[in-house]
Amino acid sequence: MSASATPANRAAEQPLVDVRELRTWFELRQWGFLKLGSVKAVDGVSFSLYRGESVAFVGESGCGKSSLARTLLGLHRPTEGDVVFEGESMSRLGRRGMRDYRARVGYVQQDPFGALAPFMDVRRILAEPLKVQGVRGRAERERRIRDVLEEVRLSPADDYLRKFPHMLSGGQQQRVVIARALILEPSLLIADEPVSMLDASVRVEILDLLYRIQQKRELTLAFITHDLSTVRHFADRIFVMYAGRVVETATVTELLDHPQHPYTRALLAALADPDPDNALAMREVPGGEAPSLLNPPSGCRFHPRCPRHMPGVCDVDDPGNFEPRPDHLSACWLHR
Amino acid sequence: MAVPLLSVENLRLRYRTRQGPVEAVAGVDFEIRHKEALVILGESGCGKSSLAKALMRTLPRNAEPATGRVLLEGEDIMALDEERFRREVRWLRISLVMQASMNALNPVVRVGEQVAEPLRVLRGWSRERARQRAAEVFDLVGVSTDFLTRYPFELSGGMRQRVVLAMALITDPQLVILDEPTSALDVLTQASIMNVLKRIKREQGTSFILITHDVATSSELADRVALMYAGQIVESSSAAEFFREPAHPYAQMLMDSVPRLHQETRPTHIPGQPPSLLEPPSGCRFADRCPSRFNLCDRDPGAFRKGDRRRVRCWLHAGGSQLS
Repeated sequence: MSASATPANRAAEQPLVDVRELRTWFELRQWGFLKLGSVKAVDGVSFSLYRGESVAFVGESGCGKSSLARTLLGLHRPTEGDVVFEGESMSRLGRRGMRDYRARVGYVQQDPFGALAPFMDVRRILAEPLKVQGVRGRAERERRIRDVLEEVRLSPADDYLRKFPHMLSGGQQQRVVIARALILEPSLLIADEPVSMLDASVRVEILDLLYRIQQKRELTLAFITHDLSTVRHFADRIFVMYAGRVVETATVTELLDHPQHPYTRALLAALADPDPDNALAMREVPGGEAPSLLNPPSGCRFHPRCPRHMPGVCDVDDPGNFEPRPDHLSACWLHR
Repeated sequence: MAVPLLSVENLRLRYRTRQGPVEAVAGVDFEIRHKEALVILGESGCGKSSLAKALMRTLPRNAEPATGRVLLEGEDIMALDEERFRREVRWLRISLVMQASMNALNPVVRVGEQVAEPLRVLRGWSRERARQRAAEVFDLVGVSTDFLTRYPFELSGGMRQRVVLAMALITDPQLVILDEPTSALDVLTQASIMNVLKRIKREQGTSFILITHDVATSSELADRVALMYAGQIVESSSAAEFFREPAHPYAQMLMDSVPRLHQETRPTHIPGQPPSLLEPPSGCRFADRCPSRFNLCDRDPGAFRKGDRRRVRCWLHAGGSQLS
């Protein structure tokens, strides 16, 4: 983890990605025309990512973290707000601009087997992005394919080039997915739950690989996960998301050691480190469930479940970001 | 000493595949006492789910009949014919919650009726009597009885998983097998389901086999842990022994691979892959990945006894007396 990762000493630097008041809503219709409302998957999210940092977006299913990733990838059009990438606004990109943009943003999917075409061997899978981006010359493509396979530790490359996805283990498949995401030398890599489909003993290996590549290439890694326990060693900063919003942001150690937002605290309290004493005590879990994103609660979206809910405040007004500790943002009225 | 609730001796299960027979469960021994929760921990492909299916006799068609002995309170239930097993054991004395069972609820039948079904079919109870009992188990798993008349799509994932658990508990079985009951659920939902299981264990005295790959979650319920690797149990210990001082090198490396919230040391991975079960090694099955490998490891270690109930399948622990 680099000390330069804190936002304070980077304020002067131009961010790689600047996201302002981003909203990605999905219109819900019946019979194709009757509007039922919008699912507000991402609803007013702002942040900046800097070059060479590794950040984690953490939240439960339905909190909007994957919709956010897909918006950053340009797979969904933002309903409102904008993504500014290397100083360029995404909303102004045309078809061609979008294609160039996608070459600069790599994507590592959650399910490696589902993300790899079963009828292509590894060589073809990796050649595809190069062809799309107009890398001419078979020899040049072959060289880049071999290099990237070495980088993800699938070596010697000859053992893998002609393998089809089903002939590889889950960990190896995920390495191929990572290789494909890297082959165009992106400056931003988005990994959506990159290890949740893998076995425990392989998870750390893949996370290690991603982190090492991120350090070596000095690229920006945004990784999306529901598992707070994996982030400590593989990210510099954390964004905790709840119901379409970012509710807490800080560096990893700061956030894990001094969680501020009641939702983050609940998440941490629900997580176990392996310990035989766990079986002896009940865990504190807030009641209820994550709200519908069709009609999210008024005020703070966590207030119906919050153990520290202040009536008349939390259910009325939306909390902005407060800074209860230096460089530590929490969207909670407690920290006003 | 009292007869254990369930005692499994040399259980073996083979699947026929196009490449040849695969022995998914390769001679497994363990016992569970009354009111005890045993975690069967292992990574995918280690045979833990096959073990559950063999105990419940719900095997796919390419499986050969399991061999070995399964004693339920001293009675060999492997020896029962299929009809007696169905009428006397399955769901009445041992029930099962499978990984994706919450998605296997019938979408067009009210959940209350589905939960009551085991009693209607296996005990011939009237609709009304079964419904009353369904309301009781809904209370037990923490689902409002208003939900009895709802359909599965009206319930969230966590609620459906509780409903499935209610279905497994309605016959008041002695043993409930849970196969990855929370792995598809969110952190908070997972924690609240584990709370429900702990409460049921305490209040009802139900015994559990919890099958999982998740080391951290497994410690939420475990009295004992059996760690599986390549079809065999490589370590069987009390939860305190296993989580504090794992004995088998695989157990130690697995524990070191678990990322922890409050620990500065970096987790490490286990190099290599488990052996193919088509042609498993004749010696210790973990030897190829083991940092402590030495000359004896080319021979099968068998299970060494360490203390009263602890068993370790590793030559490093040969100091104990050998069992098999």
